[in-house]
Amino acid sequence: MALILEVRDLVKKYGDFTAVNGISFSVDEGEIFSLLGPNGAGKTTTISVISTLFTPTSGNASVCGFSVLTDPMAVKGCIGVVPQELALYEDLTALENLQFWGQMYGLSGKALADRIAEVLDQIGLTDKAKQRVKTYSGGMKRRVNIGIGLLHKPKLLFMDEPTVGIDPQSRRAILDSVKELNRQGMSILYTTHYMEEAQELSDRVGIIDHGELIALGTQEELTRQVDETDTLVLHIAENEDPQPLVDRLQILEGVRRADAIDHEISIITHSAQELIAPAIRTAEAMGIKIYSMDIREPNLEAVFLHLTGRALRD
Amino acid sequence: MRKLLIIALKDLKLIFRDPAALILMLLAPFLITLGMGLVTGRFSGNATSGISSMTVAIVNQDEGELGKALEAMFTSEELADLVEPTFPTTPDQAHRLLEADEASAAIVIPPGFSASIIPDELGSTSGEVVQIAFIASPNAPTNAGILRSILDAFLTHVEVGRIGAEVTLSQLAQTGKLTPELAARLGEDLGTQLAQQSAQAQPIRLENTTASGAAVKFDLLMYFAPGMALMFLMFAVTYGGRSLLQENRTGTLPRMLQTPTTSAQILGGKVLGIFLTAVAQLTILIGGTSLLFSLDWGEPLGVLLLILAAAFAASGWGSFIATLFKTPAQVANFGSIIMLVFGLLGGSFFDMSLLPGWVSALGKITPNAWGLQGFTTLAGGGTLSSIGEPLLALVLMGIILFAAASIWMRRRGIAGK
Repeated sequence: MALILEVRDLVKKYGDFTAVNGISFSVDEGEIFSLLGPNGAGKTTTISVISTLFTPTSGNASVCGFSVLTDPMAVKGCIGVVPQELALYEDLTALENLQFWGQMYGLSGKALADRIAEVLDQIGLTDKAKQRVKTYSGGMKRRVNIGIGLLHKPKLLFMDEPTVGIDPQSRRAILDSVKELNRQGMSILYTTHYMEEAQELSDRVGIIDHGELIALGTQEELTRQVDETDTLVLHIAENEDPQPLVDRLQILEGVRRADAIDHEISIITHSAQELIAPAIRTAEAMGIKIYSMDIREPNLEAVFLHLTGRALRD
Repeated sequence: MRKLLIIALKDLKLIFRDPAALILMLLAPFLITLGMGLVTGRFSGNATSGISSMTVAIVNQDEGELGKALEAMFTSEELADLVEPTFPTTPDQAHRLLEADEASAAIVIPPGFSASIIPDELGSTSGEVVQIAFIASPNAPTNAGILRSILDAFLTHVEVGRIGAEVTLSQLAQTGKLTPELAARLGEDLGTQLAQQSAQAQPIRLENTTASGAAVKFDLLMYFAPGMALMFLMFAVTYGGRSLLQENRTGTLPRMLQTPTTSAQILGGKVLGIFLTAVAQLTILIGGTSLLFSLDWGEPLGVLLLILAAAFAASGWGSFIATLFKTPAQVANFGSIIMLVFGLLGGSFFDMSLLPGWVSALGKITPNAWGLQGFTTLAGGGTLSSIGEPLLALVLMGIILFAAASIWMRRRGIAGK
């Protein structure tokens, strides 16, 4: 399959700080490729360089066969960008926003009007197109934000954490629309720090941390690295401090790692089944009540933990 | 060019949808103009107000009754406390008095002025269009404006009388109640009488600002209206300037840079947006004050060119100021200060001739001073040729500031990588 994006040894530095440190990956035509990593890992900077917003300190990227260094205008014509932060004019209506951005992508006249009608239909805002964006809910604004990136039917769409800060219903709608766009043939580079999104959407995943790509492959290839592990998840009361229990669980036999996020404790172990009884006993001994527990198959979260020693949301 | 326009028109749309911006751009100058006009109008009715020594050079080259009547009016007792007329014999001498700041305005009554209005014994006028020339000193726009009003009132009186007499005589002649010979003689008599009445008329009504003070209010507003418009123009341009930083912050500027658009096109569009906003603001204010306050801004082409030049220079300031700061709030704060300082230095609040020389000289860095000079010159009867200096100064100011802004933008990497 032909490559739509090829990134080679990309480095971006700001003074002494290295935001992206020599990453290389490629995206095939028709593929959804996710960059998975915690906040500050370098995902947005990578997209900014590939979309020609920033020039790389070293390395190169080619999009649709055009180099970001030598042919940035051709690159811009081939890509669509959905930025992480809403980049809209709130005092304009959705229709006016789409008209403005469509014109910025070189569309005009009937072609622009037709395309706006299609996109409004796609994002489900045809009825509210003439309302000012500032009157919209967060989810509706997100949809306009995405619609702008689709106006000129880009071959490669960059979606930078498009579900941050929105309600579950809007999030579901966005994930479904990403899959639909991909079904229509659009290649997508998707960044997220939500493991579930990367798992659900991606053909391949690149795990990024501290500006470096630490793992790359299909989900099967990645989880194979942690094939011998299960994750046992314990849910405790919200007002309990989980850390003392985590510290005690950490030293139980067979536990590779235990971490707490809010009132949820994840224990990576060789066999979750065998760990259930000792974990309950430990919690009881400490006077901590376990409300529920579940066993999770090896997943990308476990891969990230395995590779970095930290949870994705750390 | 198309993308520049797309960006500029979007900015224009956004600023005209911002209620706070509209209040400061349009409503505030309207209200302050009205307020200052009323307040200063009341002062002008007071002989001790300071507007008491308006020197006017009158060159009377007319042999007829109306020329004498005009002279007589300016030397009348009613105006004695207010106007100091001098009577040079040639227009050149009058110009020299203006240049030496020894006169606020000059009035040249050309030969044949009376003959063009008053019928002779044969019942006909000379048929020539003979106009009185009024030359305002740019250094005394308030005084020049008042003197212009006195002259306008005189001419209106003459014109009303002429038309009335003409209509009456023509009707009497047509109905056969008056023979043509009698009509001619009566016309001459009426003309002479008209001239006498015009000289005796209380033409400017300066002492009565409530019942018939329209002429006075007209003049003072004619000074304050451009003053306020130019002062609040600085608000509009700094608003435009800070929108560049605002867009960088809200992500729309980076998003534009990710479209097939060059950074030069984006910056050009933003600057064009500032310029169009400034032009729209001035046009609305000038149009609005013309309609609401019945102001006569002068020769339309001159007014248009001044709007464009003042907007260009002010946009240069707006762009330059935007490059000096990092956040929209900083630009907004500094913009407010600049608006007031430029208003003070540029003569938006009071006649610059009242200020020390060095302050007036410093005021020349502001578009307010040059714009005000141009607008008051036009309102005082000046023509396109008489506003060449302010036009040139404003255009040069704009070019220099845009060049400086461009250099700074490149150095700071605004809208770059």
